[in-house]
Amino acid sequence: MVQTLAHTTHDGQADGDSAGLICTGLSKSYWGVPVLKDVDITLRPGNVIGLIGENGAGKSTTSSIIAGIVEANGGSMTIDGIPYEPARPSDALKNGVALIHQEIRMVPELSVAENIFIGRLPRRRGVIDRNRINDEAREYLELVGSQTDPRRPVAGLSIAAQQEIEIARALSREPKYIIFDEPSASLGQAETQHVFAQIAALRQRGVGIVYISHRLEEIKEVADTIVCLRDGALVGNWPASEITKDEMVKAMVGRDFVFSHRAPKPATSEVALSVTGLSKAGVFAGIDFDVHRGEIFGFAGLVGAGRTEVVRTIAGADQADAGEIKVHGEVVQIRNPRSGIDAGIAMVPEDRKGQGLNLDRTGAENITLPWEKELSSAGIITKKKVTSTANKLRDFLDIRGRLDIPVGSLSGGNQQKVLLAKWLVNEPKILILDEPTRGVDVGAKMTIYETIRALAETGVGVIVVSSELEEVLGLSHRVLVMSGGLQRAILDRADATPEAVMALALSNVPKESPLESPIDGEAEYQTTIRTQEN
Amino acid sequence: MAIIDRNMTPPRPDSSPAHGEVAPTSAASVNTSRFRRIMSQIPGPLIGLIVIFVALSFLSPYFLTPRNLLNILSQVSAVGVMSVGALLIILLGGIDLSVGSVLALSSMSMAAMYKMAGWPFEVALLAGLIVGALVGLINGILTAYGKLQPFIATLATMSAAAGLALFITNGNPITGFPDWFIAITATSILGIPIEGVILVAIFAIAAFWLKFRPSGRALYAIGGNEEVARLSGLPVRRAKILVYTIAGLLAAVAGLLVTSRLDSAQPTAGAADLLNVIAVVVIGGASLSGGSGSLLGTFVGLLIIGVLNNGMSLLNVSANLQPVVIGAVIAAAVLTDRKSSRRHT
Ligand SMILES: Nc1ncnc2c1ncn2[C@@H]1O[C@H](COP(=O)(O)OP(=O)(O)OP(=O)(O)O)[C@@H](O)[C@H]1O
Ligand SMILES: [Mg+2]
Repeated sequence: MVQTLAHTTHDGQADGDSAGLICTGLSKSYWGVPVLKDVDITLRPGNVIGLIGENGAGKSTTSSIIAGIVEANGGSMTIDGIPYEPARPSDALKNGVALIHQEIRMVPELSVAENIFIGRLPRRRGVIDRNRINDEAREYLELVGSQTDPRRPVAGLSIAAQQEIEIARALSREPKYIIFDEPSASLGQAETQHVFAQIAALRQRGVGIVYISHRLEEIKEVADTIVCLRDGALVGNWPASEITKDEMVKAMVGRDFVFSHRAPKPATSEVALSVTGLSKAGVFAGIDFDVHRGEIFGFAGLVGAGRTEVVRTIAGADQADAGEIKVHGEVVQIRNPRSGIDAGIAMVPEDRKGQGLNLDRTGAENITLPWEKELSSAGIITKKKVTSTANKLRDFLDIRGRLDIPVGSLSGGNQQKVLLAKWLVNEPKILILDEPTRGVDVGAKMTIYETIRALAETGVGVIVVSSELEEVLGLSHRVLVMSGGLQRAILDRADATPEAVMALALSNVPKESPLESPIDGEAEYQTTIRTQEN
Repeated sequence: MAIIDRNMTPPRPDSSPAHGEVAPTSAASVNTSRFRRIMSQIPGPLIGLIVIFVALSFLSPYFLTPRNLLNILSQVSAVGVMSVGALLIILLGGIDLSVGSVLALSSMSMAAMYKMAGWPFEVALLAGLIVGALVGLINGILTAYGKLQPFIATLATMSAAAGLALFITNGNPITGFPDWFIAITATSILGIPIEGVILVAIFAIAAFWLKFRPSGRALYAIGGNEEVARLSGLPVRRAKILVYTIAGLLAAVAGLLVTSRLDSAQPTAGAADLLNVIAVVVIGGASLSGGSGSLLGTFVGLLIIGVLNNGMSLLNVSANLQPVVIGAVIAAAVLTDRKSSRRHT
């Protein structure tokens, strides 16, 4: 069925029409290994292509080639019939092609506005015209629904806020073609809806868009045409309205595939983690909950509600002002990450690049980093030990890619698995997962969900923080909903409907938060959750 | 180890062979990539050293004599000992400007305690080492707990230590040390000068620590990304304090070598060494932004500086011109290194 669909829309060249950005035969190899094979993509003005594919399929490589960041080994590109050969990103921008990176790159010390206009800061009487960039930056930020003050430094902003800035930066170039490489991976529902609204507006203005995401409903919602890559080769393309989610998955993985959330096995009555009165001035207050052994405990709420801050404090990454933490019934003093780890608390942080992985070191070294003492004998750690430990986890988590090259050169989803592997070397008592499936494909998501459930079944208390409501609700026994730094309620699985959770998440939110859009998302949640539970 | 040893396998969506990631396909591509990897294993600085070495053997007949080569080893021993400490600090993403002053201060303290306070020489020697370690400890505390930037913290101690070294004798050198102490830099074991043996031993111990001990390997992680290291439970502050203290101690060891060689403690000794030490580490391929570098590279960098200085003296190059050549070598080393590290971007 996939094949027949493919024929219906492959019309581009047939018409001899050269309008738009046309890529023919793109190929790329790394270390002698082909990662992109003869890929043709035709992006028409005003068209939105949804680019899908498993982790490592070559989506980011394709976009990097189009944006002049990496050079293809073969193939050619034209824009409106004129050869387009970007040697560097600035060439791409000159030709009206902008890329929103999967990995956000900002200069933390510079202001938001400076980051947006970096490289082309307007001057007045020889100095940067701050008023102008601040005003213009504010306009572009508002387009994506961001309330961030353009004058503040980027340092300290959440990833979601940075992602919005990254998008504003691309928009400020007024490009004719934009590639969004997994923007929603770092955004909450509300922010994503703003981005969609913006994409619709751009499309109206005749901008050609490539949108990459692992959230397939989202892709269907936003794209006109769906293009799928597998193992670096083009599988086909389809009108978005004619392909179902299951067919998309099948095209990605190359076989039938059922995506389902099974209900977790009941938790035990033993308490694994007990938190009382946890507070941190100005950030969150009065957090009280227990996680049982074998329980998956979800944290829901909007981006900025304080979920990440709470779990970071429990793991020792930040310090609480008040409160008590007990692990397996014993009070523990957690002053820093090491004492957290020693107490049996492991945390997979949300910011893979800034906090999770050292991108210049190999995957194996990253995985064993916290455990080198445990893995050494007579105080000596050997490369062999590091490699063998990492390889076991590679098999366990189905990491696809080499672990002896810098982890930064793995695809995004595989980096996420390496990050997870790092915290599974030693079985923790409490495993905290902050956005555990950021940028992970459907198959890998299933693997990660099953791993989480399997870990819980061995008696680990698991905490899952996720902005994907479907994910928290699908996984958890109970869900704690936060808003504005406060704990609003703890819902049992049966009561944790998307409506109930969203209502709580939106309660008492300070005025400046964008309130309208998540409501739109609700109906959709309901259906997806329903389909997944049966 | 629990999870993976328990053989717990999460049910996979499928059991078909992995296909998302590309595997090396043809034998040819395996070979070229292996060849490229082997090539990239050879440190760039080593190639430079060999080139300089061969060139000098042709230019000066005296260069390639065993006597001259051993002489080079002696000449670089003090700078070499300090460059070990400097590499450790640079791996952490720090910098130590105080090494030269610490060399002078510990040498002067030892001499003053022996000659002026009349302490037994062995005790004075130990005290000299402790003074060096103490200054290092202060550097460590200022950077780790005081959150001072290493450049600023060690600029402060550099100035203070240099001043103290002068203050002790009002700028005068101290001479007259026990014979066995002088002999350290005048004796050979199996033809190799003792100071050369000390130098190589320090390199070897430090290299072992960096490669095989968790606390040594942690330096790479901390220098690469401090927050990742901290969240991985590594004792970041302890590592900083330890490494700055070691660097101070090694500067003191270098001070003893210099004192022994000159049979004189001089308050301005080591003043010119700072730039050489940093040059050695940088030529050896370490990145000043931290997280990458090796002691093997540093050793090669040390030999490059040593061989160049020696060769230029043999060829009667003006002493004023020699730093110009060293400067050019630094720039060349870093330029070629950057090309190779851009490989995977
Ligand atoms: N700099 C690099 N060096 C070596 N291999 C690389 C490099 N960049 C990408 N690769 C490899 O190229 C393949 C494609 O990666 P790419 O990032 O394009 O995947 P992707 O489809 O974007 O995946 P994801 O959904 O995980 O982001 C992967 O096998 C990856 O390991
Ligand atoms: Mg990608």
